[in-house]
Amino acid sequence: MIKKLIVILITTFALTFNVSASSDGELLLKKNEPAEVEDCFEGLNRASFALNQGLDKVIFKPVSSVYRLLPSPIKTGVSNSLDNLSNVVTIPNNILQGEFSKAGINTGRFIINTTVGVLGLIDVATYLGFTEYEQEDYGQSLAAHGIGPGCYIVLPVLGPSTARDTVASLTNFIGGDAWYNVTVRNDTHYFSDVDYYSSKITDGIDFRAKNYDSLENLKKNSLDFYASVKSLYLQDRQQKILNSKRIIETQDDSGWEEIETQ
Amino acid sequence: MFEKKLLILLILFSSIITKSFSIEPDVFVQSTVNRASTLLAENISKDQKIEKLKLIAKETVDIRGIGFYTLGSKRKSLNETDKNQYIKLFEKYFLITFSSRLAEYTNPEIEVTNKEKLSENYTIVNSTLKATSERPEIKIDWRIYTKDPDNPLIRDLIIEGLSLARTQKEEFASILNSNNGDIKALFKVLEEFSNK
Repeated sequence: MIKKLIVILITTFALTFNVSASSDGELLLKKNEPAEVEDCFEGLNRASFALNQGLDKVIFKPVSSVYRLLPSPIKTGVSNSLDNLSNVVTIPNNILQGEFSKAGINTGRFIINTTVGVLGLIDVATYLGFTEYEQEDYGQSLAAHGIGPGCYIVLPVLGPSTARDTVASLTNFIGGDAWYNVTVRNDTHYFSDVDYYSSKITDGIDFRAKNYDSLENLKKNSLDFYASVKSLYLQDRQQKILNSKRIIETQDDSGWEEIETQ
Repeated sequence: MFEKKLLILLILFSSIITKSFSIEPDVFVQSTVNRASTLLAENISKDQKIEKLKLIAKETVDIRGIGFYTLGSKRKSLNETDKNQYIKLFEKYFLITFSSRLAEYTNPEIEVTNKEKLSENYTIVNSTLKATSERPEIKIDWRIYTKDPDNPLIRDLIIEGLSLARTQKEEFASILNSNNGDIKALFKVLEEFSNK
């Protein structure tokens, strides 16, 4: 079954990507423009989205509503710890993107926070003046090397993605994620599968709790909630791929300038 | 000679007056935010807050401009009657969503931190919504339309890098796409939403 899924994903990947090497910022912006990402499997995606909404209603929403009542230091500690753990995927991707100084900084951050910061619960590195942490993944690395997003996909349980990002995430399961390697892939005496899956579930709950009001508000005020989530997800990916929060670099102004001529 | 002097004085005076009336985009955002914060902290019902927020929005937001932006290229093929009907429906929809989104907050603390001029028409004002025990700090950027410097207007809110106008534009495009580009279908959805 998994083999079949991988074959389907790779075929989709090969059919829908426009592969051309480029690292030019403007081209990256254009290639990852949310409006340009095709929703090739919209019917299936909407069905998946409905399933995820159902799961959210019965599991994630109730759990996150309780989670957000926890004292702030606990929530911050959990969030810091998960961020710290994500360094094991961010650092190889810093290297894959040619960002060697960021890889060095993140390695330092990981060592300090894991040791002095008590398994990442306290973000000591930020107190010491390290630059703001930015997560990286294999999808972002492929994008940085000029690979387009391909079709938009909504994965059951996991949520929105693109063909490129879905295929790239498989790297985590074939050795690209040190945390997966020491928990699930290899039989170590220190960790087990439960540690990996509970960290992923907590990550999901932490995200849902942080965005609790925003998501509820968006749902209430959307004409088409599926389209809103798709747009927000793709805008967020575009911003992460560009590694920039500067509006001048992440927003296309042509739509705004055009209305002047109306 | 006297007339010449008077003319120079008048020109000088009018230029000073014009300058003194132009409002800096960051000052405009901070004062708008302060107005909304004061209102949200008032001890009145949620419905009263919503009505007052709508008045602030009408004064400070370019609803017509956002409406046309949101419609994308479809606006080019609309006749005047459809355009007018669209703007009417959009304004109603926009005011409901805008005020309902804001009314959820009680006394939000927003601090303007910076501004960046994009062009003669646009300046981006950066601000921060301070963290509470329930949510982390949020960065909010404001796209301010400055074509008329005396009367700047809000055209977009970009929350943590995610543009609300752009999201709305893609949402409208999705509705139009699934109805073969029929503007009447969008009118129907907007009407149903407003009458909920």
